Amino acid sequence: MSGNLLDISGLSVAFRTKRGPLKALRNVSLGVGKGEIVGIIGESGCGKSTLINSIIGLLPANAEKPSGHIRFADEEIVGMPEARLQQLRGERITTIFQDPMTALNPVLSIGTQMTAIQYRRTGSTAEKRRRAIEFLEKVRMPDARSRLDQYPHQFSGGMRQRICIAMALLTEPDLLIADEPTTALDATLEVQVIRLIRELQRDIGCSVLFISHHLGAVAELCERVAIMYAGEVVEHGPVRDIFRDPRHPYTRKLLECDPGRVLEPLARLPTIGGELPDLVRLPQGCIFEGRCPDRFARCRERPPVETVRPGHEAACYKARELVNP
Amino acid sequence: MSPLLEVSDVSIRFPAGNRIAAQLSGQPDFIEAVSGVSFALEPQKTYALVGESGSGKTTLARSIIGLVPLHQGRITFAGETISNLSESRLRRVRRDIAMIFQDPVGSLSPRLKVRSILAEPFKVHGETAELERKIARLLADVGLPPHFAERYPHQLSGGQARRVSVARALALRPKLVIADEPTAGLDVSIQGDVLNLMHDLQARYGTAFLMITHNLNVVRHVAERMAVMYLGRIVEEGRTAAIFKTPRHRYTTALLSANLKPDPDAASQIIEAEGETPSLIKRPSGCEFHPRCSFRLPVCIERAPAEQRTAADHRFSCHNPA
Repeated sequence: MSGNLLDISGLSVAFRTKRGPLKALRNVSLGVGKGEIVGIIGESGCGKSTLINSIIGLLPANAEKPSGHIRFADEEIVGMPEARLQQLRGERITTIFQDPMTALNPVLSIGTQMTAIQYRRTGSTAEKRRRAIEFLEKVRMPDARSRLDQYPHQFSGGMRQRICIAMALLTEPDLLIADEPTTALDATLEVQVIRLIRELQRDIGCSVLFISHHLGAVAELCERVAIMYAGEVVEHGPVRDIFRDPRHPYTRKLLECDPGRVLEPLARLPTIGGELPDLVRLPQGCIFEGRCPDRFARCRERPPVETVRPGHEAACYKARELVNP
Repeated sequence: MSPLLEVSDVSIRFPAGNRIAAQLSGQPDFIEAVSGVSFALEPQKTYALVGESGSGKTTLARSIIGLVPLHQGRITFAGETISNLSESRLRRVRRDIAMIFQDPVGSLSPRLKVRSILAEPFKVHGETAELERKIARLLADVGLPPHFAERYPHQLSGGQARRVSVARALALRPKLVIADEPTAGLDVSIQGDVLNLMHDLQARYGTAFLMITHNLNVVRHVAERMAVMYLGRIVEEGRTAAIFKTPRHRYTTALLSANLKPDPDAASQIIEAEGETPSLIKRPSGCEFHPRCSFRLPVCIERAPAEQRTAADHRFSCHNPA
């Protein structure tokens, strides 16, 4: 698709291990339009972190060179020289991490950190402090001016995450990557952070890639969503289609397992039996075959990506048949 | 049935970080992390303590096994007072009350194999006869194959580490297990596995669980009774089904409405609690939830609400309940 801010196509990443290459991402394609909020849902080991690290060019040392393309604003990130990547990172692509305590430096005041990250801007320290205050006010920090000289430990968890959001948006990035930003927060604060991200996204006009395993948070915030499993995108589409009419058996199981969907108290909660496949010795066919309740003989061969409706695709032979009762 | 655990009017205080500065500025030189908390847990049942981080849940749990001294109040367990016991008498109590700590991998010693981790409770209490058989049985109980005894914690997945924590807690067949966020950080599919395991073990061994969590979706399925904590106080307490059906305290309603549903069309019903949780050092006047409450009355700022009880064994402290 053209006109997307971020266009990932056929991206594969492998890590060198003693047992052989571990294929952490395989043939991943994903687009994020300008000003769009796209969610990625996936459990541990699905490759979310590898995907983020590929986009910001921070893969660990044992990663092999990625194949495929990551186009960001018509520039290719795969194979981009480090110097150019550094210009993008922290300026046009910024990230909010899961743990707001470890994302901030504990021995520097918030003000020092918020002025230091504006090193690319011209202007006096006083101007940079004013800008820091302005952004702290945008994330509704009370007494922003006086709190600028406080240290991270003097803020509550919710406040720290707001500070991280303010810092990520200071440079008015084109793309904000939010990696599980609400996992450490309670329900009332989670709602606040999600609303804040949406408001500021409208204000600044950036695109957001929102990674979460909290299905409720994705349903609340995102327009489109991709479901990842064991290094592949197994289904993607508009958030309403995915939550109302999921077609990949993994998506269906995942939604079934969310205790938030099961309103009648159950003594035993639904689970997905079995374990993640070994990414060094990949199965021949469908990646979910070993755990799939709907599998049949053909699933030993790789399934095609079926179009359920325009914009909604699932990598499953039965994608057109699996309809909710 | 008489309760297994009874917590009566418990308060817990910590000295403030800078006592001299606190005294000079006229502020109290202590922080009251838990204030006048009472609840009772029946044998073989699951009770949930719900509240955001900093609401005093973990401190309260740690005080039950004697890791934190009480400032005021009393805790009885199986008919015996266990608060402020000497260390030697506490050891006997800790045989019957086990704890599952928050961080699944961090609470297992990185330099011990699973075998040694599971052997430890038996060694502490001098019950080392047939140790190998006991370890094998524990692993089988939590659904792990016998060869996992040879693994180190870093060789376990999050779900497997949780299972080892559950096995360790159940080693001595305690009457009560305190589980602090037993599924935090786990994927939904594995969360179900761990909760089902706890449910099965409860059915088999009659263990009571005190579960500390901020995940309301989990509470609905696992706990018979629950208490909602805010700034160290219980603001609402009762049967889980009743609280989910007719929550009364405005913090409980905010918490339940903020519980995001995996449904893109459910977004419109959210009642948001305003602002941030106040600090324990500067507790608000009157009802401590009033600065964040959308339903506050003038009286809420002036005086703390008294606890009300409904006929159906449901209590809450709110001037303007739902």
